[in-house]
Amino acid sequence: MADTVSSASVPVMPGAQGYPTALEWIARRAEAFVIPLAALIVGMALFSLFIALVGKSPMQLYETMWRGGFGSWFSIQNSLSRAAPLLLAALCVALPARLGLVVIGGEGAIVLGGVAAAAMGVATSGAPAFFVILAMGVAGLTAGGIWIGAVGALRHYRAVNETISSLLMAYIAIALMNHLVEGPLRDPASLNKPSTEPLAEAHRIGNIPGMDVHWGLVVGVIACILSWLLIEKTRWGFAARIAGGNVRAAQVQGLAVGPLIVGFTALAGAFAGLAGMLEVAAVQGSANASLAAGYGYTGILVAFLARHNPLAIIPVAFLLGGIDASGGLIQRRMDLPDATVLVLQGMLFVVILFSETLYGRFKAFNPDLWQRGDLVKRPDLLKGTA
Amino acid sequence: MDATEIGLWGVPLAMLGGAIRVSTPFIFVSLGEAITERSGRINLGLEGTLVFGAMSAYAVAVMTGSPWLGLLAAAAAGFCFGLFHGWICKFRGVNDIAIGIALMLFGSGLAFFFGKPFIQPSAPDLPAIPFGGWSNVPQVQAALNINVLFLIGAALAVFLWWAFRNTRAGLILRVVGDSSDAARAMGLNPNTVRLIATGIGGALAGIGGAYLSLYYPGSWTEGISSGQGLMAVALVIFARWNPLGCFAAALLFGGAGALGPALQSVGVTQGYYLFYAAPYILTLVIMIATSSPSRSLAGAPGELSITR
Repeated sequence: MADTVSSASVPVMPGAQGYPTALEWIARRAEAFVIPLAALIVGMALFSLFIALVGKSPMQLYETMWRGGFGSWFSIQNSLSRAAPLLLAALCVALPARLGLVVIGGEGAIVLGGVAAAAMGVATSGAPAFFVILAMGVAGLTAGGIWIGAVGALRHYRAVNETISSLLMAYIAIALMNHLVEGPLRDPASLNKPSTEPLAEAHRIGNIPGMDVHWGLVVGVIACILSWLLIEKTRWGFAARIAGGNVRAAQVQGLAVGPLIVGFTALAGAFAGLAGMLEVAAVQGSANASLAAGYGYTGILVAFLARHNPLAIIPVAFLLGGIDASGGLIQRRMDLPDATVLVLQGMLFVVILFSETLYGRFKAFNPDLWQRGDLVKRPDLLKGTA
Repeated sequence: MDATEIGLWGVPLAMLGGAIRVSTPFIFVSLGEAITERSGRINLGLEGTLVFGAMSAYAVAVMTGSPWLGLLAAAAAGFCFGLFHGWICKFRGVNDIAIGIALMLFGSGLAFFFGKPFIQPSAPDLPAIPFGGWSNVPQVQAALNINVLFLIGAALAVFLWWAFRNTRAGLILRVVGDSSDAARAMGLNPNTVRLIATGIGGALAGIGGAYLSLYYPGSWTEGISSGQGLMAVALVIFARWNPLGCFAAALLFGGAGALGPALQSVGVTQGYYLFYAAPYILTLVIMIATSSPSRSLAGAPGELSITR
């Protein structure tokens, strides 16, 4: 702490060198890559230890994981398909996080977005295909937006803790989906697995040409890029970052924190709702219990791994989508439970959070401290500043 | 079985019995969390601890044939999870809520990993004491068949309520929870106190998990907890960090959780899933009703990040 204060209050230091050198520029940005990468490697190493302790070969596990998630065009497409909902689910965590909120109930918005989209798809089935898909998208966005927007509103206007309320609302959403899918919206023809009426073939979202991956991937990537632009390049994003740093300071500045929180959480929920809509329109073909597949929870991990940076979410979602995709192969080839992937995710999560403590600790990443060393060696630089 | 004999009276009776049965894990988790939060930290990972406790209790009970050894194993596992949370949160920049979420996922994942072989076999149950022997009505007997853990939980609530006010350990806990600086000035190390408090909280949550798998519902499945650990955390806030309040709130939540099965037992099947959501809705409504943006919560530990 003392380091940053002194470096900020001694004006000679940046001025002494003029513009930062390329090395300084790289060093400042390297921290954000090196620490998460190192944490990832440490997490993988700990997981190897765990696998070795239960009597399996870590090398074989990673080889299987590589083959199941990344080793061939087939497996890469599989990973990309799984990454699509993760992109949107992670945004549901990352956007509120920029405001300092920890929202972990994206699963609820995914589920309700899916049900709303399925209901809309059936209700408008007479309309032209383009219109039906659009209406489904709007339904998913709206349902998810209202659900998580309510969490934000409760947070700001009633001071209800958003972490707990969002997870409670996820359980309520799943109960609501079960009620709707088994009751009012049930297709009588779905016997074993209660579902809504299946969408017409024309109203389903197909694959990206030349790939076995549905268009949801493109939608997810665009959503990430738009979110990045929103946070980094607009005044709303700027305001959100200020409010995330210090709510009171933001209020003193006259920022409307309430609408900002509700807007960001609603947008976050809308993205998760869109993920549900895509699951219905591109994968399931109807809304059913498969919507609660845990994308919302893996999305939390993706967002934290990406340190809530929407652009970083893209590669991280691909990585975790691949780990997810390899779960089946690991189960079959190595006779390990399907929860193996969950254990790995949990370990990675803990290590990543632990690595937060390392930021700002390494002199190599902080050119100000290099110069401080120079100052100790060359006290003449300090002359005239005291 | 004559459910019609006592007619709709079966619903409140089943809810009373259900409240006692369902509330026990809530009592243990919320008392554990009350200890942790009084020390100034919040451990959302108790949800994962509950699941892992349920699995380890069941596994050990299956292997040794003793439910009490299972209970002990669950408490020990919970203690380890709690210690880990308490240790890792002492580092600068490590957020206790985020670590809790990570441990929630990690604990569940680990429980599913090791619990796979134990889904089939059946374990011995924890014993219950029949207080309903005076009645001939089977529903009354069922409702008053009370597990020993419920009684232990009730006694623990009273003991903690007394100990927070009247013992040296209780005072230390409250000082650390209210102000780290004051604690340091007294020569206490806040991190050590929080480490122990989180460890004990984890052990109690593990016992709650043992109750789930060894008494009610009495088997190990992956959906065994479904958010009960998390509801218990919310319940502590509602109970204003008071152990007696935790006990009362746990009974209330247990009653809400018993609503669905109770209605089903008298033949109401409409809106089955919605009644199952009753405890979640109740928790949310209570949180909304008892929070306020303009004043801080009465009785809240000053160092607790959730109320700041």
